[in-house]
Amino acid sequence: MPTSTDTDCVIRLDSLSMLYPTKSGGTVQALDDVSLSVRAGEFISIVGPSGCGKSTLLRIIMGLSRQTSGQVTFGPSEDTHRNQLGMVFQQPLLLPWRTVRKNLLTSPDLHHARDAATQAKADELLVMLGLEEFGDRYPNELSGGMQQRVGIGRALMHDPRILLMDEPFGALDAMTRDQMGLDLLKIWDQDRKTVLFVTHSIPEAVLLADRVVVMTPRPGRLADVVEVALPRPRRLENINTPEFGEIVLKIRKLLDSEHSAH
Amino acid sequence: MSTNTKRQAGAREALAVPDGETVPVEAPTSSDAPVRRRRRRVPEITYSVLVFIGLLVVWQVVVEMFDVSNILVPAPSAVAVSLVDGFRDGSLVSHSIVTMKEILIGFGIAVGSALVSAVLITQFRTVERVLFPLLILTQTIPKVAMAPLLIVWFGIGISSKVLTVALIAFFPLLINAVLGFRSAAHEQVEMLRSFGASRMQVMRHLQIPSALPHIFAGLEVAVILSVTGAVVAEFVGSSEGLGYLIQASNFTLDVARTFAVIVVLSAVGIALHAVVVQLGKWLVFWTATPTNAASEV
Repeated sequence: MPTSTDTDCVIRLDSLSMLYPTKSGGTVQALDDVSLSVRAGEFISIVGPSGCGKSTLLRIIMGLSRQTSGQVTFGPSEDTHRNQLGMVFQQPLLLPWRTVRKNLLTSPDLHHARDAATQAKADELLVMLGLEEFGDRYPNELSGGMQQRVGIGRALMHDPRILLMDEPFGALDAMTRDQMGLDLLKIWDQDRKTVLFVTHSIPEAVLLADRVVVMTPRPGRLADVVEVALPRPRRLENINTPEFGEIVLKIRKLLDSEHSAH
Repeated sequence: MSTNTKRQAGAREALAVPDGETVPVEAPTSSDAPVRRRRRRVPEITYSVLVFIGLLVVWQVVVEMFDVSNILVPAPSAVAVSLVDGFRDGSLVSHSIVTMKEILIGFGIAVGSALVSAVLITQFRTVERVLFPLLILTQTIPKVAMAPLLIVWFGIGISSKVLTVALIAFFPLLINAVLGFRSAAHEQVEMLRSFGASRMQVMRHLQIPSALPHIFAGLEVAVILSVTGAVVAEFVGSSEGLGYLIQASNFTLDVARTFAVIVVLSAVGIALHAVVVQLGKWLVFWTATPTNAASEV
């Protein structure tokens, strides 16, 4: 990858490895020597079969797990820190006793920072997510797709520079899933945050990303990084173009070859 | 819980269709469901009341027809007369107050100590390892068997009753509270941690609210057990209270009065239970939202 501009690299992973102890006393290598530089404003998809450590990778970046060896550095400026990360999980994980608006305000509430500005930001997010009529509803009155939108909004609330998404649409049905992907692109297009998007769907990864990181399991290794040079804004029709098909095929072959090598 | 989530999932699927567009439609269930429910639910309660009244009538008729002795089974009318008498001369009221006091203080102690223990057990692994097995072990002791001992230690006054009540109500509360504080999903904890929440904040914003449904399940059981505890302790040794009144009227073969006290006791139990249920509905509002109720139909 072109590493000529070190200054706009926002996350740098240097040979990250992660070992989990197993119950039988052995260890499982979840990540093995993963290195990656992420540029500012880049949309990166991470694909791979389950068990390839793609979620572990996000958890380490988020600070929810600690790597066994290797390093995560944020750049370029000093102020880029973990609090500039926002994480979206596979499940919406909304607090059922809080209204949609209050769920959005989770982060300011934890930091005792709920004021007029954050309230206004919450209202703004409700509009952006198409949930303006649902601010005072409770999560279990919402459909799965709507709940996940609140989950995304909650991560956007403190305006993070980097959005980490761990299979955010994995629990949704196929139709909602496609729509959510396109909605996400629309949101992303507004201020071009850096996004790391974990998925096990190759078409989804290609449709959304600038680059697709392909990972293979046991141990979790970075097989290759595939550039997606498709024009933006992307549409669902992009899936039927030969260029799209070529990239998908390339990734599939990468995953297959690693499979047969084991 | 599991049926609950299944139901929610069902409702979610039903809503998922209009979700593709950003102008979601109101949940379609809300408009027609209540009508159907109302038509069905009201008769159910009426039937129960009718059956109850029917049983009372049968009881009355049988007692009168076969001339059953008052010492064996008094007629409902005799029980009613005894009830009215008891309230008129104030004896039922004063003894009720004593028993209520024992129940409420004992129950309060049980709630307080069970919640504190549950927090300690779930927050500190050492406490859990040392204390929890001991608590489970002592749980196998039938608590009512302790009542005579407590009378010996604390006398026939109110304190021995309060302690019996507290002891009997403690365990269901503790077990449910421990389950409750542990019920928050690991992913939810991580979600809050990803926003920089401290351990105390995770407790406050997640573990306590998610424990509430379990705690209220425990409270519902415990409040009924409290009534039993107070009466049993009064049986063992006392000079006042509804349990004492039952024993006293048994001695004088005033069975109608015994029945009258039982009626008062169940009224006390029902009332306390209703307060707990109502409080639970009010505090744990999110498990009984329209979506759930609608899919119940």
